[in-house]
Amino acid sequence: MEKAIVFKNIKKSYGSVKAVNGINLTIYQGEFFGLLGPNGAGKSTLINMLAGIVKSTSGSIKAMGFDVEKNYQEARHSLGIVPQELVFDPFFNVREMLRFQAGYFGKGRENYDWIDEVLERLDLTEKAFTNMRQLSGGMKRRALIAQALAHRPPIIVLDEPTAGVDVELRQRLWCFMKDLNQSGHTIVLTTHYLEEAENLCKRIAMVNRGKLVALDDTKKLIRKNSSKNLNIKIDSKDVQKVLKILKNFKVFIENEILTITLEELDELNNIIVLLKKNKIKFFDIQTTEPDLEKVFLQMTKK
Amino acid sequence: MINWKIQLKGTWTLLKKELLRFWRVVFQTVAAPVITGILYLLIFSHVLDSRTEVYAGVPYSAFLIPGLIMMSLLQNAFANSSSSLVQSKVMGNIVFILLTPLTYIQFFIAFLIASIVRGLFVGLTIYLLASFYIDLPIMYPGFVISFALLGGGLLGTFGILAGIWADRFDQMAAFQNFVIMPLSFLSGVFYSIHSLPPFWQKISHFNPFFYMIDGFRYGFFGQSDISPHLSVAIVLTFFIILAGLSIRLLKTGYKLRG
Repeated sequence: MEKAIVFKNIKKSYGSVKAVNGINLTIYQGEFFGLLGPNGAGKSTLINMLAGIVKSTSGSIKAMGFDVEKNYQEARHSLGIVPQELVFDPFFNVREMLRFQAGYFGKGRENYDWIDEVLERLDLTEKAFTNMRQLSGGMKRRALIAQALAHRPPIIVLDEPTAGVDVELRQRLWCFMKDLNQSGHTIVLTTHYLEEAENLCKRIAMVNRGKLVALDDTKKLIRKNSSKNLNIKIDSKDVQKVLKILKNFKVFIENEILTITLEELDELNNIIVLLKKNKIKFFDIQTTEPDLEKVFLQMTKK
Repeated sequence: MINWKIQLKGTWTLLKKELLRFWRVVFQTVAAPVITGILYLLIFSHVLDSRTEVYAGVPYSAFLIPGLIMMSLLQNAFANSSSSLVQSKVMGNIVFILLTPLTYIQFFIAFLIASIVRGLFVGLTIYLLASFYIDLPIMYPGFVISFALLGGGLLGTFGILAGIWADRFDQMAAFQNFVIMPLSFLSGVFYSIHSLPPFWQKISHFNPFFYMIDGFRYGFFGQSDISPHLSVAIVLTFFIILAGLSIRLLKTGYKLRG
């Protein structure tokens, strides 16, 4: 697979604070990639270095094979970046802003149809002639996304694009991004909505305190780092007995609810059989699925 | 290598955006300074016309007009680039330009030309309105055009430097009130420096605004306090120094890129 973005031992320090501390990461063309991490982990610094807004202390970054500092013009042509902050230019309307943005990349009238399509897909057509100042927060966010797409870049980087926006826009946006991804665009996403990342991203990297703490296929990452749990509610007088019976399992008890970590699904049957054999009465039983949130918490608490 | 047509389109787009930006608020950016200039003309000429003659055979009103035109041109050229930059920085929308493949040279050229255009627009409007008040023939159009372009360019560049440096509106206001205003008022707009005591005459020679106004005035009357050729050389030197500094700061990303 061809490489879209390559971070090579990239570092960024602000005085004694190491915002990004030696990250190596390759994102391939056509990927839908998730970059996750808690606040202040270094995600935005990483994106800002990719965009050329922030200069790295050491290391290198390439976008579509072009160094973002040495060949910044070529690199930036391939990038469409949606900044996290809700910024806008109060002098212009939505369509003007999109045409200006595409114009900076050398795109003219031949690109107008694409701009209209972006407006349509983000439900902004009716607001095309509205001044940016008069848009609601959600609409401004849409316009910001549209601006990043205006020059039709092969790589689209969305830094918290759904922060504070309604469900409808999220659905529309993800639908549009999936289409763009299917047509060959590389999508890099940072988000705090882990469910979104889990559903959309094929691969995920987790960053914490400026370092890469996990990088894998989303499903593998979840499978490797989070197990299925079995929760059973029992009578309080049976607690000690049950702990003895299930001594070979990872058991955690709280308020008469046993939480048993299942390494394999077969263990579920064994546990039920053991409890029944020992005449343990249980009042409720349920299993919880492993998810990205658990992996995230596990990875970022270290 | 990005081809020249794409580069040209990028520069033109940024220039167009900068021009539209001031045009959208034309009452503030053009009408207001024109009114101020005309008011200066009416009041000063009413008070001083019968009492003062700076150049032989030239009424005070006629002497005043080129100075007022140039002063307004310079102040507005400065205001255009500086306010656009500081506003974009404070509001955060500078990021829209920083994310693009535009080079620091393209950035400089677009902001510079937009500043010159606004300065010329204000200056030309004052000239046209003043022409209704007093007959003002131009003796050397070449000098008038040269000083207008050089002056607009110099102050546009100065505005870029101030816009890069300032992080807040109050810093920009301080720059305007404590640097630009005194330099423009003490440059010989309202008087010839020959009317000043020798010490202040010498001090005036350190003021770059003096050369722009004196040279510009020469284009109208063929009379000036110092040689217009020397003024062209001095203004051009200032422009080259400030343009070099601006381009260097834009290249390094000083106060623009983290």
